Amino acid sequence: MDKKFEPLIIGFTCNWCSYRAADMAGISREKYPPNVRLIRLMCSGRLDPTFILKALAGGADGVLVTGCHPGECHYLEQNFKAARRFSLLKRMLNQMGIEPERVKLVWASAAEGVRLAKEITTMVEEVRALGPLNWPGVVAEDGNGYVAHLAPEEVSA
Amino acid sequence: MSDNGKPKFGMYWASSCGGCEISVLNIGDKLLVVDEVFDVVFWPCAADFKYDDVRGYPDGYIDLCLFNGAIRNSENEEMAKLLRQKSKVLVAFGSCAYEGCIPALSNFTSKEATMEAVYLDNPSIDNPAKILPQPINKVPEGELDIPHFYHTVKSLDQVVPVDYYIPGCPPEPHQIWAVLEVVVAGLLQGAELPPAGSVVGAGQVAVCEECPLSKHEKTIDRFYRPWEIDPEPDLCLLEQGIMCVGPATRSGCGALCPQVGMGCRGCYGPLEGVEDQGARMLTALASVIGVGKTGDTEAQLEAKLDKIMDTIVDPAGTFYRFSMAHSILKRAKVNGHGAKKGEAK
Repeated sequence: MDKKFEPLIIGFTCNWCSYRAADMAGISREKYPPNVRLIRLMCSGRLDPTFILKALAGGADGVLVTGCHPGECHYLEQNFKAARRFSLLKRMLNQMGIEPERVKLVWASAAEGVRLAKEITTMVEEVRALGPLNWPGVVAEDGNGYVAHLAPEEVSA
Repeated sequence: MSDNGKPKFGMYWASSCGGCEISVLNIGDKLLVVDEVFDVVFWPCAADFKYDDVRGYPDGYIDLCLFNGAIRNSENEEMAKLLRQKSKVLVAFGSCAYEGCIPALSNFTSKEATMEAVYLDNPSIDNPAKILPQPINKVPEGELDIPHFYHTVKSLDQVVPVDYYIPGCPPEPHQIWAVLEVVVAGLLQGAELPPAGSVVGAGQVAVCEECPLSKHEKTIDRFYRPWEIDPEPDLCLLEQGIMCVGPATRSGCGALCPQVGMGCRGCYGPLEGVEDQGARMLTALASVIGVGKTGDTEAQLEAKLDKIMDTIVDPAGTFYRFSMAHSILKRAKVNGHGAKKGEAK
């Protein structure tokens, strides 16, 4: 494995718990690797699986989804919805040949900065061990000139 | 090459089953009108024209070309490029050309594994010499070159620009006729054509909107495969635990399948404005699964979810049955995740 490989992980956090957990990690001077790029959503229930697919297709090596603990959602039960989507998405990604370590769901309350930092550290190391995902390369590997969507041409009839 | 002033019509099949051609014939005696209005200049299924005839046409000679079938090999791609050059209006006709359809399900595996399943490891195959098609063969007369089989199946718009899309596997005859009427009006009377790049011959809403089965707010705790259950008539299939991709599928077919007790397969593709049909279906299903009550521990929640999700056999193949080539990920990673050689898993 190339020692220089630094995994790129997209992390989705919810406004009320996990983003604050990340904040808490910062305030408590808890260190975690800079490989994760956090994106704040209002709720983990806002996370359309399309976002995860786009992150992977666009070159991310892993995706971390975080939210309030089940039963503690600011919007009552939307994190249950996130859990249901995630469970099904994991199965689909498995069929796509994506290793389960690359896509993770972590519950973290606003007080659990240390726990979130630990989970991020573990995930970064796991993904580092797996190596790059490089989805654009997976799609193009056949060498038959994969062309992304072309703009439709204006045609006068 | 006669010039009788009629608009020129072409139809071609790439990687397809031929069902799209049948569905054009299914417009019934209106086919006579098509013949009256158009001059057929290329249609391998119905008329005897050769590829060389098409090569001889001037650019933009064909006014309307319906292209069905996915791009599976180099011949498909070559014809797509040739017909793009020779056609004024190129239509991705049917689910294969629009979004990959059934041929694109082989994007879940590799070219090698597909070849092996077709020519070697199959109960109905007797091939002791293990003969596989070779792209290039040396024979006494010289070199023979057959089309090269691709690793990834592509939709038509991934190799050439496409003007319109007609979804469906196959497109419904009344929808084909509606599109032909619009095109004929455009060609003959100069009426305005729909904006380039639009999906025509289909609705804008979900199949559920035109499905007459009664729907209630209800969650489910397991899924049934079609043979495990006798569906109740006049009740939403998803409510009964029968997989139905209707919530994530574009209307236009008239909800034919759910009405006879078979869940929507999803052949009209994703809804207007939706990029990934599978992701949308996943979201819709997550809303009807009855797991997630306050009070369960995290381990209990996971166990309950696993139990119900295990009853969905092949989720990716079910949700992307028709749209794999157009999905965000487009194919599976081969040899990923501890797989045997050539296997996707």
